[in-house]
Amino acid sequence: MDTTAAVRGQGISKYFGEVVALDRVDLEVAPGRIHGLVGPNGAGKTTLLGLLLGLAVADEGRLEILGTPVGRALSAPAGIAGFVDGPGLYPTLTARQNLTALASLRHRDGRTTGVEDALDRVGLTDVADDKVRGFSLGMRQRLGLAAALLAEPRLLVLDEPANGLDPAGKKQVHAVLNRLAADGATVVLSSHRMDDLEALCSEVTILNTGRVVFSGPLAELSAENSELDYRLRTPEPRTARQLALTTPGVSIIEPFEAGARQDPEVIVVRALVQALDELVARLVRDGVAIRELAPVVSPLEAAFLALTEQEPEQRLERGPEPEPEPEPQPERAKEHVSS
Amino acid sequence: MTATVADSPVSAAPDTPPPAASPAALSRAYRFELVKLFSPWRVRLLILACFLGPGLAVAAINQQSTRPSDTLFGRWIQVSGWAGPLVVLGFAGTWALPLLTSLVAGDVFAAEDRLGTWRHLLVAVRSPRRIFAAKALAGVTVIGLLVLGLAASGIAGGLLAAGDKPLIGLDDHLLSPGDAAGKVVLAWLCVLAPTLALAAVGLLGSVALGRSPMGLLLPVLTALAMQLAQMLPLPVAVRLALPGYAFISWNGLFTDPRQLSPLLIGVAVSLVWAVVATALAYLLFLRRDFTNLTADTAGRRALTHGVVPLAGVFLASIGVIAAATGATGSGIDQDKVQRSLATAFAHLYRLQEQQLHRPPITEAQLRTTAACTKGDGLVAAEGPGNDWRCTVTWHVPGVAITGSAVYQLDVTANGRYIADGDGPKEVNGYFLVHTPDGDLPNPLWQFDGNVDLLAAP
Repeated sequence: MDTTAAVRGQGISKYFGEVVALDRVDLEVAPGRIHGLVGPNGAGKTTLLGLLLGLAVADEGRLEILGTPVGRALSAPAGIAGFVDGPGLYPTLTARQNLTALASLRHRDGRTTGVEDALDRVGLTDVADDKVRGFSLGMRQRLGLAAALLAEPRLLVLDEPANGLDPAGKKQVHAVLNRLAADGATVVLSSHRMDDLEALCSEVTILNTGRVVFSGPLAELSAENSELDYRLRTPEPRTARQLALTTPGVSIIEPFEAGARQDPEVIVVRALVQALDELVARLVRDGVAIRELAPVVSPLEAAFLALTEQEPEQRLERGPEPEPEPEPQPERAKEHVSS
Repeated sequence: MTATVADSPVSAAPDTPPPAASPAALSRAYRFELVKLFSPWRVRLLILACFLGPGLAVAAINQQSTRPSDTLFGRWIQVSGWAGPLVVLGFAGTWALPLLTSLVAGDVFAAEDRLGTWRHLLVAVRSPRRIFAAKALAGVTVIGLLVLGLAASGIAGGLLAAGDKPLIGLDDHLLSPGDAAGKVVLAWLCVLAPTLALAAVGLLGSVALGRSPMGLLLPVLTALAMQLAQMLPLPVAVRLALPGYAFISWNGLFTDPRQLSPLLIGVAVSLVWAVVATALAYLLFLRRDFTNLTADTAGRRALTHGVVPLAGVFLASIGVIAAATGATGSGIDQDKVQRSLATAFAHLYRLQEQQLHRPPITEAQLRTTAACTKGDGLVAAEGPGNDWRCTVTWHVPGVAITGSAVYQLDVTANGRYIADGDGPKEVNGYFLVHTPDGDLPNPLWQFDGNVDLLAAP
């Protein structure tokens, strides 16, 4: 194990009465990483983020944050910031008042420095004196991020930070988070948006019903999928279809079955990466132009669906034992996913 | 705003464990709560209304030809500027203060539930104890400001409209303007105690019931229940054990001699309620699990941590008051009514003599007595009711005939009564007296009085 992990949790369990919110969760996040937490509703993401923020303590297991063991609620070390269950803003205050009040709470001498910089970093300077009541969800998310930035965090914990963000807002938030990570801060965030996680995170942890079903680099996830559906756009779909049908390991499926929209120039093929490579070679050899070749569902999403749907059966078969870590996947598969 | 914790260097790798983040100072948390409390328009509007409304109302009443005689001190509102703030105080104790405490204290915790900001506030302040203290102090500060506004506005309105003149006390003795001023201020200070008790009940409701509207309404419902109880013929010990009795018993400051026992007991009971309800709210708040959104035991919590302990305080208060004062019945009996009426009549008779520019006369010379029956003698002369009938007799030096006047009394359960004259026209049978300075309101025609519920028989 890395001795300088920003977050290190071992066997963390958390119960709410009869409900097992977290079940022997192991989590390790290195400094300077953006780590994604993903899982279906009720998987335990928010509970885990709450533990990282120090809102509660685990009933079992050991949690170290920034090298400091966390033994009781609200005893987390300095340098942790973030939000769970929304950005926690006061609608009758302006954006600036929200941040100023928070800054004065944080600093011993009551100074409120950093407010303007935080507003600028999330692109809310123009609306700093508007009441938060009138803010869109995306603006509130950005203001919540600005509030967290005031603490100059070494560990930033964010619950669904991309909720409600428009493309420009998302780009801005991504830039802020990437900059933080580049400066050495650690970011742990949850999201239901696989595209966000893929764009931001170097590693993810997938939770299902309180248990970790995968934790590791994003690239490793493709091993969780034996086959993926790919959209192939070409000006010669008939020829491409014939070639696909004659390529071993490749099958044609109807677009609606894969959740893709109908398009006369598009065919959807299901294949392992090796078979897909062979199909591409044949298309090129026969002079069939390829305008687009991309997974219908992202590898992360496919892995997420596969892992979280399998989990109940696996639990029944394996009883109460924790899930084993997934085996490393072939290098070739990693390359394909990254392409 | 929330979501962060303590100072730290920018983005340093965690090679060395950082120190534990320390909680925010109480003073800063308190300021933050004040900022939040003052930010909604409804609170600003309330403050404005409290600082302007009573003064304008008193001034408006002064301009009218009729006086609000059914309100305590209302009949003197055009006579003395110090009656205005007491009329406001009577109204405030009944309606305004319970409502104001509901809006402020009843919402101070529930607002965080409504906005979903608890977790963020906890992370920012890092101490539930300090959050509670800051919220409670901020709530009390705002409520105190509202009470100050009501009092100051009432005083200003009264003095501007009717002037700094002597006030007729509740047993109708004359209070100098300075004396009246001191007692008016003291009366307003006394009602801070039941206001704090209601505020504490509001805090408890706000903590126990969260975003439920019941939490917000709890002080108003409590005040309403107390008012209903005050209207019932309950034993005096039960009446005094209610946390809102000091909303009524301040009137003991305006009698001669002062009826301090009910006032002091009322204030003490209110403060006990304030402390107990606040402590219960505090314990409940510290036990709350802010990470468990599935728990919904508000109803059970409110019952076990709110209603049951406060019911215990109420019962214990009844026992202590009954044992300490020996008061068991209604506190209103024939002898007390007769004494009170005779005293008030004597005070007012002298006032009437002054209005008529007659030679001064002392109360000792008057030797006023009153003989009262209840229900035409068909029921025991005890307890509240509007069927008290009294005959007042007095002697004027140098006049052989004994004066006599009849009064119909409506005695309420809290000891206050209105005496309605039914006697000689020149004494109490007409609402005006003809004086050399013109017609004036006849002080003996109809007047207020107060029976000391705890006075020795």
